[in-house]
Amino acid sequence: MTEISMARALNEALDMALASDDRVVLLGEDVATTGGVFRISDGLLERHGAARVIDTPVAESGIIGAAFGMAVAGMRPIAEIQFLGFSYPAFDQIVSHVGRIRNRSNHRFSAPLVIRMPYGGGIGAAEHHSESNEAVYVHTPGVKVVVPSSPADAKGLLLAAVADPDPVIFLEPIRLYRAVKEVVPEGHYTVPIGEAAVVRQGADVTLIAYGAMVRDATAAADALAVDGIAAEVIDLRTLSPLDHETIVRSATATGRVVVTVEAHRTGSVASEVAALVQERALYSLLAPVERVTGYDTVVPLKRSERHYMPGVDRIVAAARRTLEA
Amino acid sequence: MDLLRLLSVDGTLVGAAPIDVAETRRLFAAMVTARVYDRKGSALQRQGRLATYAQFEGQEAAQIGSAAALRADDWMVGTYRDAAAMWFHGYTWDNLLLGRMGDERGGAPPAGVNILPPSITVGAHMIHAVGLGWAERLRGSDRVALTYFGDGATSEGDFHEAMNFAAVFVTPTVFVCENNGWAISLPRARQTASQTIAEKATAYGMPGVLVDGNDVLAMVAATGAAVDRARRGEGPTLIEALTYRMGPHTTADDAGRYRPGDDVEEWRTRDPIDRVRQYLQGADGWDQGWEDDIAALAGSEIEAAVERAESLGPLSPDAMFDRMYARPTAVLEDERRAMFRDEGTP
Repeated sequence: MTEISMARALNEALDMALASDDRVVLLGEDVATTGGVFRISDGLLERHGAARVIDTPVAESGIIGAAFGMAVAGMRPIAEIQFLGFSYPAFDQIVSHVGRIRNRSNHRFSAPLVIRMPYGGGIGAAEHHSESNEAVYVHTPGVKVVVPSSPADAKGLLLAAVADPDPVIFLEPIRLYRAVKEVVPEGHYTVPIGEAAVVRQGADVTLIAYGAMVRDATAAADALAVDGIAAEVIDLRTLSPLDHETIVRSATATGRVVVTVEAHRTGSVASEVAALVQERALYSLLAPVERVTGYDTVVPLKRSERHYMPGVDRIVAAARRTLEA
Repeated sequence: MDLLRLLSVDGTLVGAAPIDVAETRRLFAAMVTARVYDRKGSALQRQGRLATYAQFEGQEAAQIGSAAALRADDWMVGTYRDAAAMWFHGYTWDNLLLGRMGDERGGAPPAGVNILPPSITVGAHMIHAVGLGWAERLRGSDRVALTYFGDGATSEGDFHEAMNFAAVFVTPTVFVCENNGWAISLPRARQTASQTIAEKATAYGMPGVLVDGNDVLAMVAATGAAVDRARRGEGPTLIEALTYRMGPHTTADDAGRYRPGDDVEEWRTRDPIDRVRQYLQGADGWDQGWEDDIAALAGSEIEAAVERAESLGPLSPDAMFDRMYARPTAVLEDERRAMFRDEGTP
């Protein structure tokens, strides 16, 4: 068994989806000849042909609108938007059509497409390339939003997204593409959409994260363990629909919750988790819920990005505040 | 750019008719029927039985003539003003009415009828027709996709993206712009500085055709050629159907605030139904009794559809939760329970 990166795991999943279902096509900017700006679709053009691995003109609304039409006609398109921060020209297609056709047509039509978008900061990229605006899609009815944090989950969640009868926005944390390698099961498997994972068990405090922040939350749990504090770490994996039960169960058990996102603070998934915890677990809480987030600012460029990104230290500090409360 | 016209305003045939008299009679009957529906729609709205209604009077030939060029299994993607085309292609009056009554059950065409429920946002749907046709081609089918839009929609960025994708990927898409002169209050002249909309096709590398949209024979000929071309795998065509919106934008609009009545009266002399009637009279294919019968039958069929739509059982109050996904999520199930708790029902 060899260890592979998330980039490689995603490539395997795309290859497998294309090989196993001729309704699957891949389309987006630079996805075919160059294999995508992050090389996630590397080699797929050669293996599956130009009819199914398609370089499109630079037109995000066109990509999503065309993929939507393909999906309605019975295909399983996987559309790539080069960065989450470039998805806004396609926002109308996603909100007004992709998430609505099942409702609008009373189930007569559906749009089972996957929209892959690299997202998130931490690599000192240019403006618009570090965005973490997933909350706007979480707020959109009719689409599901999935974020993997490990190579194995990336493959299983992507294959689940392709098989899902409804549209799935699949966010890929840029800084995890090649940061870690792990053994990934061979062959076709799925990780269920809508289920969070308890990646570490602990009785003292619950750390809730997703995407790249799972690594930071896990590192924070390591740091807390040195002082004998047992932190439970939850990886949400799916942001919409959110796995309420796993969150509430852990919050009820530990009584202390820190939720961390690299997104802007106001109206973030962290805000939703905090609201849920106070609705469903208030009387079990021993401290206020802490949100460790980015700020309500534009993500700063390389020289000061580190001041924006919530890291291990801020998570540890927040966890200690809940323990001191 | 030359205007394709086969029937002059007085009903004289000035070119080669693409269809015989029997088929022309069928399209005439459909246009008469559609106008009965359109007037019924306005009347029902005034009685408070429909929500806002968008009249298509004056555009019957543009819609029926183009829809007549489609095969029964081809895709149609139109707007809120395309009820005549949708009905002719297989949507039911019942469901068109239900949609205007504010009932989502109206959004579904019958099984096997490939018509998307109408797009309310302007312009975003044109690219859907590109994807639909593209998918058919990838799957080895020769179905084509036709999309309707107005002159206003050509100002949207999505018009550009749809035209560009269709041409680049040689998709079997037929773009039918019903240039009815007005986008709510904005006249065509202020929508684009191009002399015609059809000429925009040139820049995308596809044929553009300017057609008298009030001439049903010209619409059949132009759309037929575009559909054949698409079906042969030769790619998209843009058709500009020059027509006129005889009514206001919708029943919520007062066109008297922005457009002179003279223009409307001028266009009334170019009525698409009068023209075919005159043509058929000359071909011994029309008499008053026949037209009266068509209108009477349409009236009773549409009245029956209204009754069925109005007497359809109520939607379950929680039906909204069931329409979002193939299966409602756990989050939606929680919200459903909360709704029933708050409303004090089951």
